[in-house]
Amino acid sequence: MNAATTSQKLLSRAALDQARGRRYAARKRVNQVALTLSLAAMAFGVFWLVWILWETLRLGLGGLSLTLFTEMTPPPNEAGGLANALYGSFMMVLLATFVGTPIGILAGIYLAEYGRRGWLAPATRFVNDILLSAPSIVIGLFVYTVVVLRFKSFSGWAGVVALALIVVPVVIRTTENMLLLVPASLREAAYALGTPKWKVITLVTLRAARAGVITGVLLAVARIAGETAPLLFTALNNQFWSGDLSKPLASLPVTIFKFAMSPYENWQQLAWAAVFLITVAVLALNILARVLTRQK
Amino acid sequence: MPPTTLPAVPSKIAVRDLNFYYGKFHALKGINLDIPEKKVTAFIGPSGCGKSTLLRTFNRMFELYPEQRAEGQILLDGDNLLQSKQDVALIRAKVGMVFQKPTPFPMSIYDNIAFGVKLFERLSSSDMDERVEWALRKAALWNEVKDKLTQSGSGLSGGQQQRLCIARGIAVLPEVLLLDEPCSALDPISTAKIEELIAELKNDYTVVIVTHNMQQAARCSDYTAYMYLGDLVEFGATEQMFFKPQRKETEDYITGRFG
Repeated sequence: MNAATTSQKLLSRAALDQARGRRYAARKRVNQVALTLSLAAMAFGVFWLVWILWETLRLGLGGLSLTLFTEMTPPPNEAGGLANALYGSFMMVLLATFVGTPIGILAGIYLAEYGRRGWLAPATRFVNDILLSAPSIVIGLFVYTVVVLRFKSFSGWAGVVALALIVVPVVIRTTENMLLLVPASLREAAYALGTPKWKVITLVTLRAARAGVITGVLLAVARIAGETAPLLFTALNNQFWSGDLSKPLASLPVTIFKFAMSPYENWQQLAWAAVFLITVAVLALNILARVLTRQK
Repeated sequence: MPPTTLPAVPSKIAVRDLNFYYGKFHALKGINLDIPEKKVTAFIGPSGCGKSTLLRTFNRMFELYPEQRAEGQILLDGDNLLQSKQDVALIRAKVGMVFQKPTPFPMSIYDNIAFGVKLFERLSSSDMDERVEWALRKAALWNEVKDKLTQSGSGLSGGQQQRLCIARGIAVLPEVLLLDEPCSALDPISTAKIEELIAELKNDYTVVIVTHNMQQAARCSDYTAYMYLGDLVEFGATEQMFFKPQRKETEDYITGRFG
């Protein structure tokens, strides 16, 4: 009797192991299929990215030389550089970031820290989300109507306004999100010491969220560095050197737009060089943002 | 309110007919209580009985949340702090608090301590050094951190972080210290250190501690309040509460027959 139960047990034990083995094999197959599919999806994305980078490198590197940074955009079939476009892009991106960042951070603070009661914060958040997803050409056209038509001139300032309008909603969103990630316990601990609200925000919560907020700003910079549409109707373009922001101003994206579509070989070459410069700058900003968020 | 043996020492905080609401939920029901000065008072009771809620009215922490409100009186040295003309920040300077989970600020150990001090006092850097050292010594943390004061507070162990928070609280020189389950996230050795610290602190401060651990209440408090479902069931000297409680409910809870 006893022996019988034991052998019965052994048998069922073996059957159990077998059943388990089958289940495990099935599980492994499913795992392989799922893994293959997700790897394929990743490869698809990486493939295009690598191709874009490769083309940029191949066609851009050829046009890379010191004269890019010293000479102006040339007439067709003459030698030249991108100095005026680089300067224009740099100034407009810098000033737009300078204008847009404080507004964005302040509004983000309002939404995260003060907007718990009432209708103003939800309404602001809603409008901001619309602005965030608004096509940049709409913003360009708006600034054209409001600034360019009023002052009767295309200008670098109009470009700054258009780019700042793109920066603001991005920074608002990231600032709010990053502040909301700061645990309530940290806020309570600061209040418990008798800290006034503005100091809780500036010294504790904003500091805890600092890396995320800076990342948001960097990503906004990366975004406007490549924007073309809002500059087409605002800063327009300028073939010559101009440090005057109240005049039409050259920029890399608009130069690329104009040169790449042209039939002149030297212009096309310069367009690729400009594409290369923008890509490298945006890549650097993204890597910087990554590094900052990791150093938490 | 049931008969309680009121302490023979002067009271630091007197709670009178306190009702508390989370939205519509009535969380504290007509609480009357006297917290004796320079003693340790423990709040015990099952989860959800309102002990943390009561503690958080003593520094008006609940006001951060719009749906929470308190009615009645909480007299701190005779002044009703619920309707005080004093700024809430000044009340919190007098009534410090340490939370369940350690909350070091995102700055250096030194700055964590100096943070609260700077809010209310203007000290020379040598005075500030002295205050920081004093607070860290008082919190039994000085020897462990004296060589790394410029390092981030979040690099410390959980027990060290909690003592850092206590040091930060006492550096402001409060009169009352509220401890909301200060040991529940800590290991037994850190817990023992903090309990020693509490015994030390009552020489200078009125300490109120919320705890789930009855042995802890028995070990380190002078007075104990037992709460249940928003009511204060019994309040008295800890020894009496644990050895001959007057109410059956208290006895049931303390002996583990309930809950």
